[in-house]
Amino acid sequence: MITLTVNGRSHEVDADPATPLLYVLRDDLGLHAAKYGCGFGQCGACTVMVDGRAVFSCVTPIAALPGRQIKTVEGLGTIEDPGPMQRGFIEAQAAQCGYCIPGMMMRAQALLEQNPAASEQDIRDHLALNLCRCGTHMRILDAVKRAAALMRSARGPDAGTTVATDGAAR
Amino acid sequence: MRFLKVLFVLVLCGGLLFGGFLVYAHHAPIETAAPPAADTFDAATIARGAELAAMGNCNSCHTVEGGPALAGGRALETPFGTIHGSNITPDADTGIGRWSKAAFSRAMREGVDRDGNHLYPAFPYDHFTKLSDEDVDALYAYVMTRTPVRAPTPENDLVFPLGFRPLLAGWKLLFFRPGRFAPDNVARDETNHGAYLVEALAHCGACHTPRNTLGAEERSAHFAGGTSDGWIAPALDHKNPAPVPWTQESLARYLRSGFDRHHGAASGPMIEVARNLSRVPEQDVAAMARYVASVMGEPAPERAEKGRALVATLESGRTPVQTTGSSAPGGSAVPDPIYAGACGGCHDAERGAIDALPLSLATAARLESPQNLLHAVLEGVHPRNPKAAALMPSFDGALTDEQIARLADYVRTEIAGEPAWRDVAGTLAKIRKGAASGSGESTK
Repeated sequence: MITLTVNGRSHEVDADPATPLLYVLRDDLGLHAAKYGCGFGQCGACTVMVDGRAVFSCVTPIAALPGRQIKTVEGLGTIEDPGPMQRGFIEAQAAQCGYCIPGMMMRAQALLEQNPAASEQDIRDHLALNLCRCGTHMRILDAVKRAAALMRSARGPDAGTTVATDGAAR
Repeated sequence: MRFLKVLFVLVLCGGLLFGGFLVYAHHAPIETAAPPAADTFDAATIARGAELAAMGNCNSCHTVEGGPALAGGRALETPFGTIHGSNITPDADTGIGRWSKAAFSRAMREGVDRDGNHLYPAFPYDHFTKLSDEDVDALYAYVMTRTPVRAPTPENDLVFPLGFRPLLAGWKLLFFRPGRFAPDNVARDETNHGAYLVEALAHCGACHTPRNTLGAEERSAHFAGGTSDGWIAPALDHKNPAPVPWTQESLARYLRSGFDRHHGAASGPMIEVARNLSRVPEQDVAAMARYVASVMGEPAPERAEKGRALVATLESGRTPVQTTGSSAPGGSAVPDPIYAGACGGCHDAERGAIDALPLSLATAARLESPQNLLHAVLEGVHPRNPKAAALMPSFDGALTDEQIARLADYVRTEIAGEPAWRDVAGTLAKIRKGAASGSGESTK
């Protein structure tokens, strides 16, 4: 048994420790946001967050994850109350087929948690590892910028100033 | 009184010696020339210059990743401080637009710039001095017909007193041997052509030959292995550690395509070298490969046999863990779960499905230090564009440092069957420190 903490909840998982996290999320925990794309860490559809960093869940064995914080799109909000990243994607209508979007959201979330004042170039550089075959990149960019703005306004005007200073210092 | 006299004589002698040294170190400036018009050079010379510039890896130091070609500014970390590749576009003010052919040639052959300043040997004039006149002319034609870019080269940041360039005259006196390439009369023409390209132009030894405490290549240890940008540049002599011995053919394939199925993908600073060599004539790369193979020499029969056996086992479909696990000290039949889940999916996959190198064949697992393997795990392997999909993804963040260190240890002892590396965690911490302080191009 391996204990995994996903979106703040603890789960006992009975699986081979070499099993990629993606399979456990989808097959054992019923969390279907992260997608199987290539299985080689090349496309980013499986991206989730571990300890605040974006990782490819298809090449991350659960043996590496006890005691670490795993976050998936299910942890960003609900259908009734979507989080800022999800709202950004809804407002920008950033999905065509939608297969890559959960991976895009999680990599963008990791970026904005680390750098709330990320520039467009930062977002482009950071998301370059995730592929979208429909070509919705411009909308994805728009969505992430909206999400960043929503997160800033949620923190209030004072927090916003601090963020801007942080951003300038980077 | 007597004391003052002695002091006076000493100061006088010191002053005379220093003055003499300055006279010795002095080189006169070469007159500025008007930037040559584009039609000064014929197309064939420029085209050959482009190939020579690619083989000479000029862009490795003179082009910033993603920046304008040859406009300089790339920081090179050395044990003596940071040196910046200069702007060698024909911009009149910040580049070499006013350099005559004589000035260019003196820089290449003697390491002295147009103004008469000594150049740091990070610029490999110890190799370029061997170039033929014809090739220096072609390189001049190539650089002088590039788009001029206005970009002042950043100041170097060197440890005291190395900022004082006349000191380099002393370095040159000790270590620099000017002179043209001398062919080996016994060797075949192709080997000589390769030797010329490797030694005079590509300067492979700048990374693959160890350097002494004053930063000069050790002549007695030619190709015995060195370092580059925090990576190990493996030995290219008989001590080359590749589990399957290199041949002229596999070297040529690797140099030109950045990949060979028994040796894997070019990584680290070698990526750019392979990218450059993909743009030059096949026969030039074949000649370079022939020469390097001749320096490596025929492998000992035992080593050749081991290599053949490894390949035969892999081709027969058994996994490398089973292959060497039994012979490795403390070998276990059950692979480490992190290895199996993070690495095995590609590295133990059936060849052809995905051409990841079985790690039993990996040179990185056989080197004296884990740094190349750790770099690959942390940064992934990006063949051309660091922003494009990787050949190998980065595992930084997916695995903790402790897990990465354990994984490196597992690959080293269980898969390569070599004695454990000392202080993997310390090496990892050092790589992280280097990345944090901004040294090294490889952090992304």
